[in-house]
Amino acid sequence: MSDKDKSAKKTAAPAKAAAKRTAAEVAAPEVTAPAETATAQATARLTVRKTYKLYIGGAFPRSESGRSYEVASADGAFLANAALASRKDARDAVVKARSAFSGWSGATAYLRGQILYRVAEMLEGRREQFVAEVRSVEGVTEAAAAAQVDAAIDRWVWYAGWTDKIGQIRSAANPVSGPFWNVSSPEPSGVVALFAPERPSLLGVVSVLAPAIAVGNTAVLVAPDSAALPAISLAEVLATSDLPGGVVNILTGRAAELGKPLADHLDVDGLDLAGIADADFAVELERAAAENLKRVLRPAAAPADWTGHPGTTRLTAFLETKTVWHPIGA
Amino acid sequence: MTSSIQAATQPHSDPDPSGAAATEATLRRFLLGLPGVDKVGLEARAARLGTRSIKTTAKAAGIDLAIRMIDLTTLEGADTPGKVRSLCAKARRPDPSDPACPSTAAVCVYPDMVAVAKEQLVGSGVRVASVATAFPSGRASLEVKLADTAYAVAAGADEIDMVIDRGAFLSGRLSEVFEEIRAVKAACGSAHLKVILETGELAAYDNVRRASWLAMLAGADFIKTSTGKVSPAATLPVTLLMLEAVRDYTAQTGRKVGMKPAGGIRTSKDALKYLVTVNETLGEGWLDPDWFRFGASSLLNDLLLQRQKLASGRYSGPNYVTVD
Repeated sequence: MSDKDKSAKKTAAPAKAAAKRTAAEVAAPEVTAPAETATAQATARLTVRKTYKLYIGGAFPRSESGRSYEVASADGAFLANAALASRKDARDAVVKARSAFSGWSGATAYLRGQILYRVAEMLEGRREQFVAEVRSVEGVTEAAAAAQVDAAIDRWVWYAGWTDKIGQIRSAANPVSGPFWNVSSPEPSGVVALFAPERPSLLGVVSVLAPAIAVGNTAVLVAPDSAALPAISLAEVLATSDLPGGVVNILTGRAAELGKPLADHLDVDGLDLAGIADADFAVELERAAAENLKRVLRPAAAPADWTGHPGTTRLTAFLETKTVWHPIGA
Repeated sequence: MTSSIQAATQPHSDPDPSGAAATEATLRRFLLGLPGVDKVGLEARAARLGTRSIKTTAKAAGIDLAIRMIDLTTLEGADTPGKVRSLCAKARRPDPSDPACPSTAAVCVYPDMVAVAKEQLVGSGVRVASVATAFPSGRASLEVKLADTAYAVAAGADEIDMVIDRGAFLSGRLSEVFEEIRAVKAACGSAHLKVILETGELAAYDNVRRASWLAMLAGADFIKTSTGKVSPAATLPVTLLMLEAVRDYTAQTGRKVGMKPAGGIRTSKDALKYLVTVNETLGEGWLDPDWFRFGASSLLNDLLLQRQKLASGRYSGPNYVTVD
C-alpha cells in the first residue's frame, strides 16, 4: 500500500466514526478540516451501497465463480462492484430460460403485451434512478440521460404494442394446388442469447431485449462492462413487472468470455451479436452457432443508431415460420 | 478436523452381531443396543464429502461408472409394455450416437412388466429388477408378499426390490420384519434381494441404522434407501449412514452387502458425490455395479448430457436425449 493510500485511509476513519455517532453529536463535529466538516454533515447517514448481482431465473444470485469486477464512471471514478459471470452462470441461465420457454411462448400475445407495458410503467416510476445511473455510467448531461431513459421507456411501449400484431404481418394464407387450407404463422425460436451494446447503456439493453421476448422467446442477455449497472437495475424492474422468472436472465461480464459457451450451446436457438465490437470474434461466434443452426443477428457494420425508429427488424429476427396443411371438408 | 468427524459417525464400540438373530430377544437387544447416530457429525461429514471437485478424466470415468450403476426405473401406474420396451432400449444403448457409452446395470419395473423387460434384454447383460411385496407401502399379508415375489421371479426377474413393513418396524415388531425379509429371501431363490428401508418414513437416523442391520442380518444382498414414492427419498447423509452400516457389517461377518440409494438423485454432480462417499466409506471394492446402484430415471439423461459436454466441449441440451 502506498503512503498516499494510507493517509487517505487515516482521514477517512474519523469521518466514518462521525457517521456512527448520533445526530446531536454530529451537529457539533470534532473534525477540524472545514471541507471534512461539510462532508460529515452531508453524509450523516452511512452510505447504502448497492450490490449489483446477476439475474438468473427470477433470482439475483452472485456469480457461481465468486468473481466480481469494478465498474468505473466515465471519468474513471469507482462506481460499484458488479458480478463477473462465468460460463457456468451462462449454462445455468440457459437452463432457466429453457424451462421458462413453454410458459412464456404459450402465454397469449395479449398477456405478453400487457407485461411488457407493465415494464414500461415500472421503468417510468423509477425514471430518476435510471437517469442518475445512466449519467454516472456514461458521463453525459442530465438532459441526454433523460432523453435516453425516455427513449427506453417508449421502446418497451412500442414492442408491447407489437406482441399481438407481429403475427398478422408475418402470417399468410398460402395458395396451394390441392384441397387444403395452407396457413403459415410465426413461432418464437426458443432461447436466444443477446449481447447488448455497451452504449447507449440502458437503451441498448432494452433495444435488443424487448423485441426478443415480445415475440415469445426467452433470453439470456450479456451486459458488458459499465452497461452492467443499468442492466441489473432494469432486472429489478423486470422482477417486479409480472414477467415470469427465467424469461429474461441477465449476466454481467465479458462478452469475450461468455460468447463462446453461449454460441456453442446446443440448447440456444438464436444469437444477437449487437454488442460484439470485434468483427473477427463475431465471425468466430457465428461459425460456432452454425453447429445447431442458430439464428444469428450480425452486428451492424457501421455504428448502429439505437435512437432511431426501431421498426420490426429485431422482432422478426428470432421467429420461425410454421406452416400447416389442413384438408378442406367436402 | 476430518478425522474427528469421521470418528463421530462411527459406532463407539463395534457391534457384535453373532447370535443376534437367534431369538427375538437377542435381536431386539442387539438392534436397540446399537449406538446412537451423531446427527450433526453425520451431516457434516456428508456435506464435506459433497465438496470434492471431480473434473476432466476423473469426471469422465465417474460418469461412465454412474451410468453402469443405474437401475433405470419406471414405476408408474400408467406404465405400458411399450414404455417398458423403450426404456429397455435406452438401458441397452443409453446414447445411440456413441457406441462407447456403457449400458445401465438393470431395468427396474413392476412384476407384471418383468416378462416384457426380460424379452427385450435377452443377451444384453442388462438385468431385470422387479419391485415386489406390495410395493410401495408394504402393507399386505405375508402370503400376498411371497406370492408377489414368486410371480416376479417366475417371470424372470434377476433382482427383487422388496419393501419392509414400516408399520411393523416403527411399532417395534422387529422380529416380524426380520422373518418377513427371511421368507422373501427364500422365495427369491437365486435372484438378488434388495431391501428397501424407506428412510423417509423411519423418522430418525437411529432407526435407519437399526433397519440397515436388521435387513443385513436377515440376509439382504443389497440395502436400498427409498421407494422413490416418499419425500425425502435418498439423501447423502442417509446414504453415508447406510454405507457405514454395510462397512461395519462386512467387517464383522465377512459377507459383502451392496447399497442402492434411490429417488431424488437427478444430476451428475449428485451422482459423483455419492460415488465419492462410497469410495471414502467402503473403498474401491464397492465402486462396481455389483455392489452399488442408483435407482433413478431422470439421472441418466443428465449423465448423458454431461458426457456429451465432456466429449464435444459444447453444452448440450434436452433436445439431444430421449424424453421418457
